[in-house]
Amino acid sequence: MNLFTAVNDAMRVALRTDETAIVFGEDVAFGGVFRCSHNLREEFGADRVFNTPLSENGIAGFAVGYAATGGTAIGEIQFADYIFPAFDQIVNELAKFRYRSGNQWNAGGVTLRAPCGAVGHGGHYHSQSPEAYLAHTPGIRVVMPRGPKAAKGLLLASIRSRDPVVFLEPKALYRAAVEDVPVGDYEIELGKAEILRPGEDVTVVGWGGQLRVLAKACALAAELGIDCELIDLQSILPWDFETVAASVSKTGKLVVSHEAPITCGFGAEVAATVADRCFWNLEAPIKRVCGYDTPFPLIYEKYYIPDELKNLEAIKTVVEAAK
Amino acid sequence: MLHSVSLTASRLIAARTLSLSKAAAKTSSLFRSFSTSDGTFDLTGCFQTHNLDSAPSESVTATKQELVDIFELMYTMRRMEITCDNEYKARNIRGFCHLYDGQEAVATGILNAFEPEDSWITSYRCHCIALARGGSVRQVVGELFGVIDGMSRGKGGSMHFYNKKHNFFGGQGIVGAQVPVGAGLAFANKYNAKPGEKMNVAIACYGDGAANQGQIWESANMSALWKLPMIFCIENNHYGMGTSIDRHSSISDYYKMGNSIPGLRIDGMNVLAVREGMRFAKEFCGSGNGPMYVEMMTYRYHGHSMSDPGTTYRNREEIAFTRSTRDPLEFVKKCLLDNEFIDEAEIKSTEKRIRKSVQEEVMKAKESTSPPLDELTKHIFATSLEPQCDSEYPPHIRMPNYEKSFWANGHRN
Repeated sequence: MNLFTAVNDAMRVALRTDETAIVFGEDVAFGGVFRCSHNLREEFGADRVFNTPLSENGIAGFAVGYAATGGTAIGEIQFADYIFPAFDQIVNELAKFRYRSGNQWNAGGVTLRAPCGAVGHGGHYHSQSPEAYLAHTPGIRVVMPRGPKAAKGLLLASIRSRDPVVFLEPKALYRAAVEDVPVGDYEIELGKAEILRPGEDVTVVGWGGQLRVLAKACALAAELGIDCELIDLQSILPWDFETVAASVSKTGKLVVSHEAPITCGFGAEVAATVADRCFWNLEAPIKRVCGYDTPFPLIYEKYYIPDELKNLEAIKTVVEAAK
Repeated sequence: MLHSVSLTASRLIAARTLSLSKAAAKTSSLFRSFSTSDGTFDLTGCFQTHNLDSAPSESVTATKQELVDIFELMYTMRRMEITCDNEYKARNIRGFCHLYDGQEAVATGILNAFEPEDSWITSYRCHCIALARGGSVRQVVGELFGVIDGMSRGKGGSMHFYNKKHNFFGGQGIVGAQVPVGAGLAFANKYNAKPGEKMNVAIACYGDGAANQGQIWESANMSALWKLPMIFCIENNHYGMGTSIDRHSSISDYYKMGNSIPGLRIDGMNVLAVREGMRFAKEFCGSGNGPMYVEMMTYRYHGHSMSDPGTTYRNREEIAFTRSTRDPLEFVKKCLLDNEFIDEAEIKSTEKRIRKSVQEEVMKAKESTSPPLDELTKHIFATSLEPQCDSEYPPHIRMPNYEKSFWANGHRN
């Protein structure tokens, strides 16, 4: 399966196993712009899989209301860049419903899916990665899978989680990534990172599509004799500090990388927490390899993205610094 | 210049007020009581419709018991809000506080038209709706005091009352944000309705000031498109915070604001008109005809919030005039007296009893305690997480080597 079929498969399982589950968003009844909801309307009917108007705040608010009654709402925001019009509902209603009602109501049944990240030609409004904005909001979970298998397991876990989840899908991988994906029911626990490649010299942390870049950087570093430990955070909020800290305590070095702009990106949170909690274990300054503080550029995209060579340089730098 | 504009605006409202109060006056002169427990009331002039083929009935009956219950609830609301005002001024209530006195007929009328299965969501001006939908004075005032016996365990405060048992989805602190949530509630009611049966409805209340928020139109469009049993209820109290409707909205006929969506304007100071109008709206929306815009012509006596004395943008005469001609409580009293359901002495004793009971409830709320500190991190997620950063070093941290440290080399002290 590739990533969009894995997402499709996860939603199919959810719709089959939960009769309150509904799938809605802009053009999802026709399969959606990335074909993630392909054939779901045919299988489950127009009552459960339907198109919405182009009203992101309305979609998010609608999801909160439906979930408050106990239903499972799987909404799609067509691009993560369009999540900003829905920000009020996400930050003020979705995230706080449980807390502000003293646990009487909640919107835990909501999962909002949104394709994010660079795609080669997306330009300013079809390439952004808004995970850090969202991660500043206690009460929601933010999840980003690195490939088809993780997408299926994490999405199904997100849909069934009794917390609201914003599920960001790296759109560049919808078709590019192909993996064996378990058929039938399959979940991956939320809030847990995964060590993709054990190593002794440098901890390298990323999430989503950036993992492919980082895997290449780690392979290049291996050629230079540097043994990297590569960690996929998977859940950005709440994030698995323990796994990262255990790794940094072992290696003494950290490189964290994401596509979003560097200033106040989630890498800053990882770096600050590691500096606070692992200070005495660090042998070199923490390096962040991220997008620049510019709007996501169209023609400069290949310069903007934190590619494997930029990451390799950072890995070499921290190893040098620790000598 | 400004002053004259403001006068014009208030004169306009006075004129509108007058036309509605005429209807109320007529109502009282046309009372016909059939028996000691049943009365017929004329609601001529209480409704205006938009895009509707039918209209609510202009002649309704109400029993003595119904009117007595209505009076008791509305008087409790009035006393509770006045008490909140006093407690706020005595600094026993902190933060934000938006009072409902003047608008009591709206919440009470809706309550009496609805079933408990109908979903109700509203704005931050939510004390009295919380009271109507299963709350007690003690829970409401307790929430304002921030005590564990409050309706949301003291964690929400003035704008955050909820009642799961009574399908009350609360007050919302963000102006207009409750309306898309209401559309989701309406969808759930449609999705869960048994085939062939009437749907339960959802109502989202908001003020005239919120009516021009963009997300309301997003939800109106969805509700109309999907024929959701959704009532957009605009409590038009004539001021969006401190700006009069003529100055803050290009359209002042809010019941027409849904364009093709049918609309109904109701005299929101007449509780029987509200009840009848909402019965009509519930029947219309619950039968699969899609949403309705309902505008309640009402008035708030207090300012928008506690920081607003409510007299800088309107004059005291306007408030006094509304109190003397359109007060929703006086209207119910008049209904009771004119039909000889109860006499002045009984009204006085009822009022006395309620005043005492509100005071007692407030005292009980005051005796409660703040929620324990561990509530701070509870109910953020479904299962409370361990704090992510505590002060203890976890076992994998190597402790500093003081031999080598900055402090060991003569820098300490």
